[in-house]
Amino acid sequence: MTGHDHHHDHDHSELSETQLRVRALESVLTEKGYVDPAALDLLIETYEKKVGPRNGARVVAKAWTDPAYRARLFKEATSAIAELGYAGRQGEHIVALENTPTQHNMVVCTLCSCYPWPVLGLPPVWYKSAPYRSRAVVDPRGVLKDFGVTLPAATNIRVWDSTAEIRYLVIPLRPGGTEGWSEDKLAELVTRDSMIGTGLAKQP
Amino acid sequence: MNGAQDLGGMHGFGPVVPEPNEPVFHSEWERRAFALTLAMAMPGAWNIDMSRFARENRPPAEYLAMSYYQVWFAALETMLKQRELVADDEIVAGRSLHAPKPVTRTLTPGDVAQVLYRGAPTERATKSAATFKAGDTVRAKTINPLTHTRLPRYVRGRTGTIERVIGYHVFPDSNALGAGENPQWLYTVRFEGRELWGGDADASVTVSVDAWEPYLERA
Repeated sequence: MTGHDHHHDHDHSELSETQLRVRALESVLTEKGYVDPAALDLLIETYEKKVGPRNGARVVAKAWTDPAYRARLFKEATSAIAELGYAGRQGEHIVALENTPTQHNMVVCTLCSCYPWPVLGLPPVWYKSAPYRSRAVVDPRGVLKDFGVTLPAATNIRVWDSTAEIRYLVIPLRPGGTEGWSEDKLAELVTRDSMIGTGLAKQP
Repeated sequence: MNGAQDLGGMHGFGPVVPEPNEPVFHSEWERRAFALTLAMAMPGAWNIDMSRFARENRPPAEYLAMSYYQVWFAALETMLKQRELVADDEIVAGRSLHAPKPVTRTLTPGDVAQVLYRGAPTERATKSAATFKAGDTVRAKTINPLTHTRLPRYVRGRTGTIERVIGYHVFPDSNALGAGENPQWLYTVRFEGRELWGGDADASVTVSVDAWEPYLERA
C-alpha cells in the first residue's frame, strides 16, 4: 500500500514476478474452464474505456441546471443517477452529498477502497493508499492542502467513511460566472476530485 | 479483525500524492488481476465480504508493503486454494494438472454488461422495526473480533448521533463467514471530530461511518 519510493531494480523484478504469476494463474483458470478470456477483456474495456468520472460530471452538471433533477438526486440518488443510464456494481446504493458555502463533504474508505464505480469509474491509486485512508478522517484540511485546496476556517468539513455498501458522490458548488451555461459546458468544469471532495469544481 | 486495512487515524504514511493524468491501470497484470477477480466470483461462489476478508487477513507488514492489486491477486489465490479450485503445483506450473472442480456458473462475454449493470444490491425486505431513529445518541461498541468486521477501530467506544436510518442490509460480519446474510438495520452515525481525536482536534470536522445495529448501543 505504500506510495513511497522503492529501489528501482527491486521494483522492476518484483513486478515481473507478479506479471508472470498473474499470467500463469489466468492460463490455469482458462484451461479449467472457470474463466473465458473474452469476458475478461470486456470487463477491462468497460472500466478502461466506458465507465469513468465523465459519468459523474454529467450528473453534477444536470443537478446544477435542473432544479427538479437536483431535488430527485438528493432524495433518492440511485434512481436519479439511473435516469442517465448509470447503475450497477459498486453503485447499487448511492447517496449524493451537497456541498454548501458552509459545509464541504469528503469521501474516504478507511477499511478498503469503496468508491462509486458507475459514476466515477475505478478509484485512483491515492484514494486506495495508506496516506489518504489514514489521514482523511483525522486531518481532512491537511489532506486538502496536499491537493492544493484551502477552505475558509469557518467552513465545516464532513468526512464520510464508506464502511458499508452505500456509495457517496459529492455534488460540488457550482462556480460563479457560469450563468446560462449548457450542461455539456458545465460538465467540463467538474473534476473527479471535486466529486470525491478532495477538490473543487474548476473556475471558468 | 484488527489488521493493517483499518487505517483510519494512523500516522506516518506521509502526504497524499495524486498522480496527474493517472491511467486506470498501471500495467497489463493489473488489468488481468482485476478482471480475474471479478470473473471468478461467479464460479468461486464467494461474496464481497469473503473477498475483503481474504485481502485484509495477512500480516500487517505484508499488507502495507503490497500494492493494491497485489493484495487483490494474493486474495484471489487464497480463495481459489481454499476452495480447491486450483492447487499450488498448478500455480507453479502455469497449467492445469488436476481435473477441474465442477462449478455451477461461469461468466460469459454475453453476461458481462448485464452482470455489471445489475450489481449486487445489499438491501433486504423486513417486517422488523429499526431500534434507533435519527437524532438518537449512540455509542459504537468496543469489539475486537478476529474475523471480518466493518466497524473501524477509531470509532469503537465513541459516542455519536444517528443521522439517518439507511435500511436493512446484509451484515458483513456474518456474510464473510459464510454464515448467511443475517441482514440488520444500517445507520449513518455522525461523530464530532473532538469526540474521536480529543480536545485539540479541529472543531469544524465531523466524521460519519455507516454502522449496522449490532455495532451500536444506546448512550
